[in-house]
Amino acid sequence: MSRVSGSRVSAPSLNSGRVFTGTYGVWVAAAVVLVVLPQIFSSGLGLTTLSLMGMMIIFALSYNMLLGQTGLLSFGHAVFFGLGGFITVHMMNLVEADHVPLPLVVFPLIGGISGLVFGIIFGAVATRRAGTAFAMITLGIAELVASSALILRHAFGGEEGISTDRTDLVQPFGITFGPQLQVYYLIAAWCLASMAAMYALARTPFGRMCNAVRDNPERVRFIGYNTQTVRFMSFSLSGFFAGIAGGLIAINFELMSSTQLGAAQSGSVILMTYIGGVGEFIGPIIGAVLVTYLQVTLSDVTDVWELYFGLLFIGMVMFVPGGIAGLLMQQRPLLQGRQLHRVLPYYGLALLPGLAAILGLSLVIEMTNQLTVHASDGPAMVFFYVPFNANAPLPWLIAVILLAGGTWLFLCAARTTGHAYREALSAARMRRETA
Amino acid sequence: MNKAMASLALGLSMLGAAAMPVMAAGVIKIGYVDPLSGDGASVGQIGLNQLDFIADRVNAKGGVLGKKIKIIGYDDQVSPQAALVQVQKAIDDGVHVIVQGNGSSVGLAIENFVTKYNERNPGAGVVYLNYAAIDPIMTNQDCSYWHFAFDANSDMKMAALVNYMKTQPDIKKVFLIDQDYSFGHSVADAAQRMLKAKDPEVQIVGNVFVPLLKVTDFSPYVAQIKASGADTVITGNWGPDLALLIKAAGQAGLRVHWYTYYAALAGGTTAVKQANLADDVFQINEGVNNYDYAPQQAVARAYIDQHKSDTDFYPRLFDMMGMLFEAMTDANSANPVAFVPKLEDMKYKTFSSGAAAYIRKSDHQFIQPLFISVFGPLGANQPFDEEHTGWGWKVVAQIPGEDTVLPTTCAMKRPR
Amino acid sequence: MLEIIFISTLNGILYGMLLFLMASGLTVIFSMMGVLNFAHASFYMLGAFFGFEISRYMGYWPGFVLAPLLVGVIGMGVERYGLRQVHRHGHVAELLFTFGLTFVIQELIEMIWGKLPMNYSAPTALNFPAFEIFAINYPMFKLFGLSVSIAIFVVLLAAVKRSRVGLVVQAALSHPGMVGMLGHNVDRIFMLVFGLGTGLAAVAGVIAGPVLVTQSNMAALLGPILFVVVVVGGLGSLAGAFVASLMIGLLQTFAVACNLSLAGVFGQLGASGALVAYIGDIWTVTVAQLATILPYLLLVLILIFRPRGLMGTRES
Repeated sequence: MSRVSGSRVSAPSLNSGRVFTGTYGVWVAAAVVLVVLPQIFSSGLGLTTLSLMGMMIIFALSYNMLLGQTGLLSFGHAVFFGLGGFITVHMMNLVEADHVPLPLVVFPLIGGISGLVFGIIFGAVATRRAGTAFAMITLGIAELVASSALILRHAFGGEEGISTDRTDLVQPFGITFGPQLQVYYLIAAWCLASMAAMYALARTPFGRMCNAVRDNPERVRFIGYNTQTVRFMSFSLSGFFAGIAGGLIAINFELMSSTQLGAAQSGSVILMTYIGGVGEFIGPIIGAVLVTYLQVTLSDVTDVWELYFGLLFIGMVMFVPGGIAGLLMQQRPLLQGRQLHRVLPYYGLALLPGLAAILGLSLVIEMTNQLTVHASDGPAMVFFYVPFNANAPLPWLIAVILLAGGTWLFLCAARTTGHAYREALSAARMRRETA
Repeated sequence: MNKAMASLALGLSMLGAAAMPVMAAGVIKIGYVDPLSGDGASVGQIGLNQLDFIADRVNAKGGVLGKKIKIIGYDDQVSPQAALVQVQKAIDDGVHVIVQGNGSSVGLAIENFVTKYNERNPGAGVVYLNYAAIDPIMTNQDCSYWHFAFDANSDMKMAALVNYMKTQPDIKKVFLIDQDYSFGHSVADAAQRMLKAKDPEVQIVGNVFVPLLKVTDFSPYVAQIKASGADTVITGNWGPDLALLIKAAGQAGLRVHWYTYYAALAGGTTAVKQANLADDVFQINEGVNNYDYAPQQAVARAYIDQHKSDTDFYPRLFDMMGMLFEAMTDANSANPVAFVPKLEDMKYKTFSSGAAAYIRKSDHQFIQPLFISVFGPLGANQPFDEEHTGWGWKVVAQIPGEDTVLPTTCAMKRPR
Repeated sequence: MLEIIFISTLNGILYGMLLFLMASGLTVIFSMMGVLNFAHASFYMLGAFFGFEISRYMGYWPGFVLAPLLVGVIGMGVERYGLRQVHRHGHVAELLFTFGLTFVIQELIEMIWGKLPMNYSAPTALNFPAFEIFAINYPMFKLFGLSVSIAIFVVLLAAVKRSRVGLVVQAALSHPGMVGMLGHNVDRIFMLVFGLGTGLAAVAGVIAGPVLVTQSNMAALLGPILFVVVVVGGLGSLAGAFVASLMIGLLQTFAVACNLSLAGVFGQLGASGALVAYIGDIWTVTVAQLATILPYLLLVLILIFRPRGLMGTRES
């Protein structure tokens, strides 16, 4: 737990003009990007994927409040996501039935409040312990809630779930929220607001105390803070944001089913957050975007995509525990010291054998898949537009060479790149000290 | 700075999504949305194999309306939300016909989505052909003009089963065991209702619900069945919940008659053979390959020869696709807006037995004869076995379509 | 009534012993190394599939011996090349590594053997009913499984508490530095212990494979219950795991036989209306329907009130 490095949220610089553009400029840029994106990806699938990414960003960020900032590994985070969504659909149906003039834009907040309430209830139980015991408690709670979802059929709709109609509410300014584009803008607005809120929260003293509890709970107790209270509050607030994401997903799909409470959804958010990087605020954002994209498109490319995910996850845990964001942040001192150009060629040198190794591994997996799972279709297959037979010796030879050779070359290159990186790092440090 | 990198990453990673396949003229695309990876994949893959087989045969004869039929698989992992994303993908790919069957939760989600999509985009024309999601509400309170059900729903199957059980005098005590979710509850409720109404001498000696896909040790349930003195068990269980139950029954030496919905689903017949329960396990479905109808047997033989390790298939898929192609030809158009009116009024001769069948216009339910068959050692003139066990399904009763009809509460909203 | 109690007790004991067989390896790994191996159920599944594959060519008994050895070797490899790397990054990373491993192992098994159940049958030497009680047969193979469980329990307990190796391993758990300084190769000890734990999981697989269904979702079905057993019994205690598995086996089996519900005791709810419909679900649910979630309830309660578990020796 102590190995997970701090969530780097920097303090503003002293120059007031630069303060404004430095701190707020990023957010304005983000808002512009969110507004412009649907103009670029305007197909139905593009809009749906963008909407999904927006919701998963909020979900993954809320999870990182627990994992990255407070050091709590939870296996049941989807419970708040799902419960927030279920309460939202029930409220939408109730509001539609009784003609209460509540517009759609408010409903994610309802999801958030339900997430908060359940976070408080379950948090009171779960945060009494930390570490592995906490993880086990969250696992148990998640199983309990997921199992009761099938038993309590009125609340959770059984297997069909609960459906609703988002166009049936009162519509101020004539916005029906029927078309996906309008729903996307709703999601984007809530995404921006939630990101800003969570970012701000991480920089408050409370946020810092969460980091302290993660790094050294004993010391925190010595200076007079109650670690359990800090964890409890962090848990509840992360439930709040997860509930917002749940409310948005209820609005987007107009359907909530018990799969959203389940182990698969909890596992998915762990994957997103970890691959993106738990040590940086931006990590879960990157992870959510990447994993959502892969989930939507990878199943078209190969039907063993779960294997690739598992391997990617294990690879990240073993070799890149900081995630993608961690990797990017490691370049930051080089960038500031203007030493990045020294390492870029080495990265390119290491990337090529790395890609070859990945290609070889993928070839082996796909050929095995063709020969075992799709045995009845025969050995003919296509890999990256190249057709061949999976039981011919040549492709196997190529795959093994790519895999073995690529790995070996990559390891050699990695060693050299490591040297180059350390040299560049010290050069950058010296440059900053003398500048 | 951090955000710029993130936005860049986001933009770059999404460029891939913008690459759209060029639509080929002269092709009619049919989207198959079912699990193609993960837990449900063994069942989902069977449907895809079969649709490809049907498409190949039709294309060999020149296709439909002069165009080739193309089946595109979309993996939904039995998750309603993932299925909706895949349906959106299919619509973007130019698909107008969505085929799905595994999981009523997914089916309902697709049905609602397709209805709303057609409402919000008039003229778009997306139709949903349902081959296996048998929750009755899909053709009752949640019915839709753009949805067609080609499998008899669970209430209809129970009605047929109860009609058959009335003719069997040795059925005196019935035990009900079902999975604890909406499908299991609807099977149990229908069984109790219909037995009480049609066959009141039969005593229901037990009604238990098994947590869905969670139980590994079924011996307590088998003990309960034994203790109740039942001679017949009715169960809607499928997958491991059926296989483990049957295995436990075989181990404990329980000999009763099992009336099931899904014993033929992948893995069920292997379990029956392992438990050595010859001629004890029955199923109700729309046709078996050992039924003596030569055209059906010829096609079955061709399919099994091509898929030696995956020999299960569903006769109703042949009916569904046949009727779809006929509707398209009649309307001279592949757009559902044009051919749905033809499809909802169609009469057809079934693939399994050549019997007369039709689609009921009021709720778009396909009315067809059902068969009750038993699993056991094959006799003469019964050439097909299941999953390489050496045993096969033998027909014991045929229920005419009229005896499966149930009233519907569907108030269908038709487009003007 | 007596019949149900007797049969449920017998079934509960048999099921509980199967759970212990699986949980023994996990307890060994956790008590020796402090690693909660999420992928333990996956090794159990590997054992079942290897046992099945070997039994196709050589019969059941060679599979019974070889499959655990194979899986133990694979476990040692995983420890040496995987877990050891990840250990530097902390407990969270270790848990996540084993979490990712479950996906990979399941996918590999599905690719090689497919998703349908395998026809793994008990050896003909044991494939007959041992005795009959109240007209229900109990197959000899299940009793064989029972005896293997008890034998493993006794051997492990003796090895851990009495033998020299066991003492060294126990010491390595709490004072790895000191044990290293005394000349023992702590790394190799951990590797062997992990291999032993996974081998035990494979033994459970080889026995459970014919009894239950050998299919690629075996691990997902039984995985969570294993953790309940180990945590309730006490992280680090073999006797605790034994007691906990018996307890959970009996609890689940008796719960299934019990059709009590609030409605049964207090009568149906008279009122009607939306809210009553929601409460109605809880009111009419029977204990039998809750049978599979009772262990998780037990897990949460134990973790709140006695996080050491019933007989645990270490808190995590």
